[in-house]
Amino acid sequence: MPVTKLEVTTDMKARTLARHFRESLKSLGRNGWMTFASVSAVTVTLLLVGVFVLIMMNLNKVAEDLENDVEIKSFVSLEADEATVTQMETAIKGMTGVESVVYSTKEAELQDLVLDFGDEFSLFEQSNPLLDVFYVKATEPQQTENVAKEISQLEGIEEVKYGEGKIEKLFTFLNTGRNVGLVLILALLFTAMFLISNTIRITIVARRHEIEIMKLVGATNWFVRIPFILEGMWLGLLGSIIPIGLVVALYYNITEFAEPKLSGEMIQLLDFAPFIYQVSALILLMGVFIGVWGSFMSIRKFLRV
Amino acid sequence: MIQMKNVYKKYPNGIVALNGMNVEIKQGEFVYIVGPSGAGKSTFIKMMYREENPTSGQMLVNGMDLAKIKRKNVPLLRRQIGVVFQDFKLLPRLNVYENVAFALEVIEEKPEAIRKRVLEVLDLVGLKHKARMFPRELSGGEQQRISVARSIVNTPKVVIADEPTGNLDPETSWDIMNLFERINASGTTILMATHNREIVNTMRHRVIAIEGGLIARDEVGGDYGYEG
Repeated sequence: MPVTKLEVTTDMKARTLARHFRESLKSLGRNGWMTFASVSAVTVTLLLVGVFVLIMMNLNKVAEDLENDVEIKSFVSLEADEATVTQMETAIKGMTGVESVVYSTKEAELQDLVLDFGDEFSLFEQSNPLLDVFYVKATEPQQTENVAKEISQLEGIEEVKYGEGKIEKLFTFLNTGRNVGLVLILALLFTAMFLISNTIRITIVARRHEIEIMKLVGATNWFVRIPFILEGMWLGLLGSIIPIGLVVALYYNITEFAEPKLSGEMIQLLDFAPFIYQVSALILLMGVFIGVWGSFMSIRKFLRV
Repeated sequence: MIQMKNVYKKYPNGIVALNGMNVEIKQGEFVYIVGPSGAGKSTFIKMMYREENPTSGQMLVNGMDLAKIKRKNVPLLRRQIGVVFQDFKLLPRLNVYENVAFALEVIEEKPEAIRKRVLEVLDLVGLKHKARMFPRELSGGEQQRISVARSIVNTPKVVIADEPTGNLDPETSWDIMNLFERINASGTTILMATHNREIVNTMRHRVIAIEGGLIARDEVGGDYGYEG
């Protein structure tokens, strides 16, 4: 016969856990339509969230690519002789926040031009109007402006150019997009949680009597709670299957379509793997989270027997 | 066993259900709780398994001070007490065996032990042959016997019954009473709230009459004492 323990022990026996699993699965079947309703709610939510995540992460990537592509083009004045150029190079390399410095003579510049725009430019080989150039990259995009200023103050620098203005506007735009997306995702998650907790509440109301009896014969709150929480978990898991499938298929097609078009460009989409696995895992986790949290919240008040 | 000292209970709506009650019940006693409706019987009973808390005063059950017992330890108290209700409170989708086993599953008893003990108590209440039937297939008296079986399956020291014969015809009521007598004979304390005058007057035990939240009479071997 049961020996009276001094404390309610929280460690659960394996067969009890097995019982909880059985109960939660039974309950899914018993509540057929309600199960279907909440799984659908989770499915729709996670699908939208998944698509948002795809878009946002790629926007982020684009922003990063653009940021990293910003170069400071420093034109060397004609008066500067070889010694000054070497001096300048060491000076720029010594600045804080400089990642790389590439020197390109005006002859090389002209060759680039000819390569890009055609042979008409080879006429200029007679009298090259271009200047020698230092291409400087900052370690952090945010440092670009400071580095540019510093370089412009060097002796022998004619002019400094870096996409000022345009880049900032793009960044503000991308940032706004990111924040709006985040707010939308949060709103969607709350809606799904609310829907799940309502569904589970209905199944709990139907089983109130049972909960009351469980409590009266000495069940602990966790004993009552766990089957419901597991049920929520199943709802979340089931609800994440279709979104994961669709998001994977969608992104597979997008990358297949875009990859050849973007090859060699500075802007690249995120690679299919491992990105899509991370997104799938995220969708799965979110499904489980909203399921578990939804049922946890709705069972609370029924345990006060 | 059960001890109440100056127990006072006021509900949030202002009704005073118990007005400084003092009582002591020893292990193995059989006690009827009688009195008019709304006199505090139900509150008295509900406090035993801590569905209600005293507003003030001290209350000991099985050596546990109910005022000091932590919320998370309430299940422990309830495991030492069996409760029988007027409306049986059986789970409709479980069969007879499962309904009784439920009380042991909840306390994570071993499966072999559950089986053995459930069959034992079903035998005691004379319904072993109906173990696979569902509550709806049984008569009221049989359902109440199942609920008695459930209340004693984890060998509690006290069985508390709230009008256990209230929904039964006289004949089946006697069956239930005989069961309680047998349970009591094995040393279990029985606390039974009832309106059944005939039972109280026939099977003589200690009678506690509650009126206006106080004990109006406490008499061993007393009679029901109310008209109708």
